[in-house]
Amino acid sequence: MVPEAEFRSYYGQPIIKSPVWHEPHMPAYLYLGGLSGAASMMAAAARISGHDRLALTARLTAAAGATVGAGFLVAELGRPERFLNMLRVFKPTSPMSMGSWLLAAHSGLTALAATAALAPVLPASAATAVLRVPSVAAVLPVAGDAATMAAALTGPLMSTYTAVLLADTAVPVWHEAHRELPFLFAGSALASAGAAGMLTAPRAEAGPARAVAVLGAAVETVAGAVMERRLGMLGEPYQRGKAGGRMRTARALTVGGGLLAVVAGRSRVLTGLCGLALTAGALFTRFAVLEAGRASAADPRYTVVPQRRRLDAGNPASVPAPSR
Amino acid sequence: MTERMGFFTDTSVCIGCKACEVACKEWNDVPDDGFVFRATSYDNTGSLGANTWRHVAFIEQPRRTPPREEWTGAEGGEGQDGRDGREGHDGIEGWLMSSDVCKHCTHAACLDVCPTGALFRTEFDTVVVQADVCNGCGYCVPACPYGVIDRRERDGRAFKCTMCYDRQLGGLEPACAKACPTDSIQFGPLDELRVRAEERVERLRREGRPEARLYGASPDDGVGGDGAFFLLLDEPETYGLPPDPVVTTRDLPAMWRWAGGAALSLAGAVTVSFLSTRRGPVPSPAGARRGWWR
Repeated sequence: MVPEAEFRSYYGQPIIKSPVWHEPHMPAYLYLGGLSGAASMMAAAARISGHDRLALTARLTAAAGATVGAGFLVAELGRPERFLNMLRVFKPTSPMSMGSWLLAAHSGLTALAATAALAPVLPASAATAVLRVPSVAAVLPVAGDAATMAAALTGPLMSTYTAVLLADTAVPVWHEAHRELPFLFAGSALASAGAAGMLTAPRAEAGPARAVAVLGAAVETVAGAVMERRLGMLGEPYQRGKAGGRMRTARALTVGGGLLAVVAGRSRVLTGLCGLALTAGALFTRFAVLEAGRASAADPRYTVVPQRRRLDAGNPASVPAPSR
Repeated sequence: MTERMGFFTDTSVCIGCKACEVACKEWNDVPDDGFVFRATSYDNTGSLGANTWRHVAFIEQPRRTPPREEWTGAEGGEGQDGRDGREGHDGIEGWLMSSDVCKHCTHAACLDVCPTGALFRTEFDTVVVQADVCNGCGYCVPACPYGVIDRRERDGRAFKCTMCYDRQLGGLEPACAKACPTDSIQFGPLDELRVRAEERVERLRREGRPEARLYGASPDDGVGGDGAFFLLLDEPETYGLPPDPVVTTRDLPAMWRWAGGAALSLAGAVTVSFLSTRRGPVPSPAGARRGWWR
């Protein structure tokens, strides 16, 4: 155990501001964006390998995740009516700007892929008339497949850019975790998408989804454990209090779900339980990460002590002023 | 571009009058911040935020080793609180006061991460939010290593010190500097302020204040130097300032590399999952499955 570090502060007040992002908007988006990204990758692989029912449900999952997730993001804004200002600039220094462009591309591609998949079964109405225009109907399947393949490029980034989004802040437990967070989120996204695939595809085709879920649960668990260990003192917010409880719940659900996925086999009940456990685990992970970020921002210890250690070790981010 | 303008806040002459807070609110139409009695000190605004663009910190210094008592007398001469004698019984040696403000960093994290371009760098090399562009995403809030900028929840947008951009455009000094009765807040070209601050810190040290130091004055620090820097009489964290701040985007290339690695791993994991289960017994009841969606 790391000894309690001595530090000074201004009446124990926080130095940095806590993230203003709300629950459930922000963690729900992290989950849905990850789900959508991994599901789109699964859709492409299933299309290629001929798992057509799995490809269909993965396409729909990817589109739904991106669309609902975007809705949460807009609702999270202080001025939701200005959400289009996100596409006012293209700014590589801002992960949120990059993420907005990525989400715009990804949600467009997944929506097109889902529309193409659904076109034959959509009821005839004025809203779907355009899909039955002969020239549209002719190119739609090809366009849908092309969109699915393109979304396999945006998907993996969708699942991991949110880790950069969080890490690119002054929040100590996010910034310092910038190595593991992308893997935690990638694993969590795989587990989510695998779970969704197991829950929605016929059992005969759910094999790859089960494998994705197991791999995802393993990556999520290992990345989380490595992160907490490497962070040392900064791992505390992930282990204590509300965030710690959520993190442990997430891990139990993820490990349990992952193991269940291995043995679920053809049992419908076990498959259902496993899918729900993995989904809940992925959600708990995102809520835990947000809460840990808030806890680390609220306690000046986590801002001051690592910086003071850096200075005391003669290894500052800053070079001392010449006069010293 | 004109010269880079800045603030030099010399806390050794701050008397904690809060004229800067009031002048800032008056000029910039900043809403009140709650009229809260914090019961910790004479500080009643607590920290910088969306509605507090200048914040006067009051630090009660605990009594330390006897030799340092001698300096307390000198402090009185510097304009410090004159009640030192009465404070002996509760273990307080003296007061430190400091007017905190947005640092207008050379490498500003808030500006880097703003996804709308609402935050921009002015011709005075200061960092300002355009209220008509900000959509209240809140990303700048946790990005700032000093905890300066915040979202005004009733309004939805982010606000912070503009170094009185409008007054500067009109050739005036910012309202806080104008109002400061002791010239603790000095405004001017940053290069001149840095020279002046070096001279001041040297003089204080000669006069028996070895703890005097500049904060945010070095262009080599983790944020490339502050456009608003300080002369402090104790460690920065005592004032609620981070001792060694870093602009978070310094590590952004590394973050993207790790995220790229994770993205490739994700793609690899999906590929492996399909390759490994492909040869498994896939009961295929007729070709009816294909064509369900095509």
